[in-house]
Amino acid sequence: MGGNSDMKLIDENGIRIDGRKVDELRPIKIEAGVLKSADGSAYVEIGKNKVLAAVYGPRECHPRHMQNPAKAIVQCKYNMISFSVSDRKRPGPDRRSVEISKLISEAMDYVVFTENYPRTSIDVYIEVLQANAGTRCAGLTAAAVALADAGIPMKDIIPAVAVGKVNDQVVLDLNKEEDNYGQADLPIAIIPRTGEVLLLQMDGHLTQEEFDKALDMGVKACQEIYELQKDALRRRYAIVNGEDEAKDEDQEMPEEA
Amino acid sequence: MARSIVSEIKRDHIHKLIADGKRVDGRAWDEFRNITIQTNVVETAEGSSRVKIGNTEVIVGVKMSVGEPFSDTPNRGVLSTNAELIPMASPTFESGPPDENSIELARVVDRGIRESQMIDLEKLCIEPGKKVWINFVDIYVLDFDGNLFDACSLGAVAAIKSAVVPAAANGLGEDYPMPITCTPVSVTSVQIENSILVDPTLDEEKVAAARLTVTTDDNGDLRAMQKGLRGALTLEQVKTSIETSRRLGSEIRKLIG
Repeated sequence: MGGNSDMKLIDENGIRIDGRKVDELRPIKIEAGVLKSADGSAYVEIGKNKVLAAVYGPRECHPRHMQNPAKAIVQCKYNMISFSVSDRKRPGPDRRSVEISKLISEAMDYVVFTENYPRTSIDVYIEVLQANAGTRCAGLTAAAVALADAGIPMKDIIPAVAVGKVNDQVVLDLNKEEDNYGQADLPIAIIPRTGEVLLLQMDGHLTQEEFDKALDMGVKACQEIYELQKDALRRRYAIVNGEDEAKDEDQEMPEEA
Repeated sequence: MARSIVSEIKRDHIHKLIADGKRVDGRAWDEFRNITIQTNVVETAEGSSRVKIGNTEVIVGVKMSVGEPFSDTPNRGVLSTNAELIPMASPTFESGPPDENSIELARVVDRGIRESQMIDLEKLCIEPGKKVWINFVDIYVLDFDGNLFDACSLGAVAAIKSAVVPAAANGLGEDYPMPITCTPVSVTSVQIENSILVDPTLDEEKVAAARLTVTTDDNGDLRAMQKGLRGALTLEQVKTSIETSRRLGSEIRKLIG
C-alpha cells in the first residue's frame, strides 16, 4: 500500500474518481475461446486490465519427476508482458509473478478433477496485456473460463475480485490509483456454489469489522463475475452451434435434393 | 520456427496438393491469409498493435525511456527489438530465456526496421553523447499458425507508427509522434516441391525445404533479407520470392496506412 492516504479518492457523495460507487465493479468483458492453438482460452477486461489466458492439457507432464501417478498436476504461469505497465518490465518471471503463479495453480488444482488424468499436466498460461490493479484476480477469472473452454471437468468455475480500503472506506475492485494510494488490498477467489474460499491475500490495514465487510462485498461481487463467466461460455458455444447450422444450410443436403 | 513433428500422411497430403497446383486452404501461391491490424491496443505502451495473419496472432508494444546513447552513435536514439515465443501460443513453445528461434525472429524484424531507417533515430537524440530516447520494441506471439516473421514485422511496424514520444512525462516539453521516414514490409515465402508459396501456414512451414524473408521499403527497394531452413533455393526461386515480396509489400503497406 502506497501510504499517502490523504489523497482524496472518494467524494462527499461516495463517488470514486472513476465515477463508481464503493460497492461497484469496473465494467467487465469476458470472451471464451479466443486462441486457436490452445486447448482452451479466454480474454478478460476488467476496467483497464486486459488479460489473456490459455490452457494446454491434460498432456504429458514435463519434467517427468513432477508427474503424479495418481492425478494430474495444474501448473499456472502468470506473466506480465513488458509493456503492460508504465515503466517497462523486464521480460521473464520475477518473484511476484512466481508467487502469484503458485497461488493460482493451487486454487485451480482444487476445483479440477485431477484424479481423472494421472501422470499428466494441465498447463495454464496467463498473460497480462495491460495492467491496472487487480491483475491476479482478472487472470484467475480468465483462467477459470479457459479451463472450462478446454473441456476440463471441474467442480465449478472460479471468479476472483479484489476488495480494498480507500479513504477509510471499504471499496470493491480497486483501480490503479486506489491500489497505489489506498490503505488495504484484499484479493479473493471463491467457489460460487459452496462459498468456499480458494484464494485470499491481504496487505495494508483493516479492522475486524472492515475485514468482515470487505469479505462480504467480495463474495457478492464474485457471484456477479461468476454469472458473466458462465455467460461467456454460453455465448462461445452458442456461436459454434450457429456456425454449424449456417454451414448446414449452405450445403445442399442430398436428402433435400 | 519450432520444428515439431508432422505426420507422413499430412506431409504427403500437402505435397500432393502442391503437385496439383493447390494449397491446403485453397489459396493461390502468392496469396496472403486475411490480415487484420489494430493499433493502440495497450494504453500503458507508447505505441502498440495487435496483428493477425490468418490464425497467427501477435501483440507488439513500444516502450520509450530516456537513456545514454551508444558511444559510437552519440547523436542517435537506441532501438532494441525483442521477441517472446510464449507457451500460450503453441504446444511446442516453452518458457525460459529466448532460444535461437526467437532470437532469429527478433533480429530479422529488427533488421527490417533498422536498415530501412524507418525510425529517424537522429530525431530521438535529446543531448548528444548524453541523453537519447531508448526504444524497446517487444513482440509477444499469442497464437502460432506459421509465418511469424511477417506477423511480427507487421506488428512492430504498426506499433512503431502509432507510438507517441512521452516527452511530457520526462519533462522534455510536449509529446510528439514518433519520427518515421518510411514503412518497411516483410514478405516471407517458402519452397515446397520447388514451388514458392507466400505466407506459409504452420503445416506448410513444417514441410517446407527453405524459407526466404524479404523486406522492402516504400520505393520497393530491398532493405533486408533472411534465408532460413535447411533446404536450398534456386536463383530463379529467389527472384520469384523477391518479385512477390515487392508486389505484395506495396499492397500490405496500404493496410498499415
